[in-house]
Amino acid sequence: MEKLIERSDILNFINNGDTLLVGGFGLSGTPLTLIDELAASDKKDLTIVSNNLGEEGRGLGKLLLSGCLKKAKGSYFTTNRDAVQAWSDGKLEIELIPQGTLAEAVRCGGAGIGGFYTKTAVGTKVAEGKEEKVFDGETYILERAIKGDVSLIKALKADTLGNLVYDHTGRNFNAVMATAGKIVIAEVDEIVEAGELDPLEIVTPHLYVDYIVKNKYVKKRRKIR
Amino acid sequence: MSLERIKIAKRVAQELSDGEVINLGVGIPTLIPDYLGDKKVYLQSENGLLGMGPTPDEENINMDLISASKKPITMDTGASLFDSSDSFVMIRGGHVDLAVMGALQVDQYGEIANWAVPGKTILGVGGAMDLVAGAKRIIIASRHLAKDGSPKLVKELTFPSSGVRKADMLITEHAVFKFTEKGTELIEILSDLTVNELKEITGAEFLYSTQLSKSES
Repeated sequence: MEKLIERSDILNFINNGDTLLVGGFGLSGTPLTLIDELAASDKKDLTIVSNNLGEEGRGLGKLLLSGCLKKAKGSYFTTNRDAVQAWSDGKLEIELIPQGTLAEAVRCGGAGIGGFYTKTAVGTKVAEGKEEKVFDGETYILERAIKGDVSLIKALKADTLGNLVYDHTGRNFNAVMATAGKIVIAEVDEIVEAGELDPLEIVTPHLYVDYIVKNKYVKKRRKIR
Repeated sequence: MSLERIKIAKRVAQELSDGEVINLGVGIPTLIPDYLGDKKVYLQSENGLLGMGPTPDEENINMDLISASKKPITMDTGASLFDSSDSFVMIRGGHVDLAVMGALQVDQYGEIANWAVPGKTILGVGGAMDLVAGAKRIIIASRHLAKDGSPKLVKELTFPSSGVRKADMLITEHAVFKFTEKGTELIEILSDLTVNELKEITGAEFLYSTQLSKSES
């Protein structure tokens, strides 16, 4: 199948200075194999759009320590002390975005919408410098859509066409990030033949997905509930 | 785990109604599910789950089934899963009945500061501002005093605001306050303090009824 590539191949699609949309919430639903490849590369000046920067030395935290990053955009960086340190040392730029605004900005990026007005953060430091508009007596601020050069996402299963299903809350930002990158690379635990996934369970249809990489850290499946 | 925190969680639990969709923030709010008794509510977790159940035993942990505090959880009967953008359609769009959250400060009209301390690095906001903007009702569950002994309920915020939308209620280990356009109203004392003693450890003035009864905690 043409979408399945070797994990080292992903470096051919990522250039210095690119903006990468990376799925995950903490370490859950995070493409750890793809991040490892990137962390071992000499890519530079990358901007990461992701809810967090993983944890110290784990997930995107590893990419931070590898020196590949210039900037991070996301909602919560306080849990990774390395990110806080890199920011206070002036080695990492951070743009803080409320979590719902981040999700909607990426959704708009993928949906061909340039921006949107939201009530979130009105009257706060996050709203400084942003256009305000009143609709039906309520104040909203303008937020721009977010798009990426490459999306790195994590799913549970792909079929050979690139249809994706996710593991529980591992879906998080992955489904929207699959829509907003020029190139979308999905890391998956398992690949099945087209037709084997129930169309009722497919969350990300194959047209969004350009390449598939097998997860090298497939976890032991445990029974849930 | 301190008794005061449990006391606050128990009192907040009394405010919850059957059938409500509730988002619980980090800290004290995470204790509330233990004190729901027979009440049936639906817990929404902003990372993509409606119908959060209790912590699983060791064999059933799946780190792709976690809470917004990144702890392993289970799914309750009737649970559903969705992505982050849909989760904030629920939150921002006014589909969540109640958000219970902590705060660094609350002003006399219920404006909330719960994401940043002045002079410190401001690197985490998470979903707090979305919940403040969009939840139908907001209860602040917090210790009465900050760790440095300063009151959390203040006349005017000195910490950065989380949004213009006001909280409906503040519950501490000492008291229950309601916020209205007139300001703060004391509706219940939860400790041995007299109203005057409570005034001394509170940074904003509050209205109260003369027949204010003391409740057993």
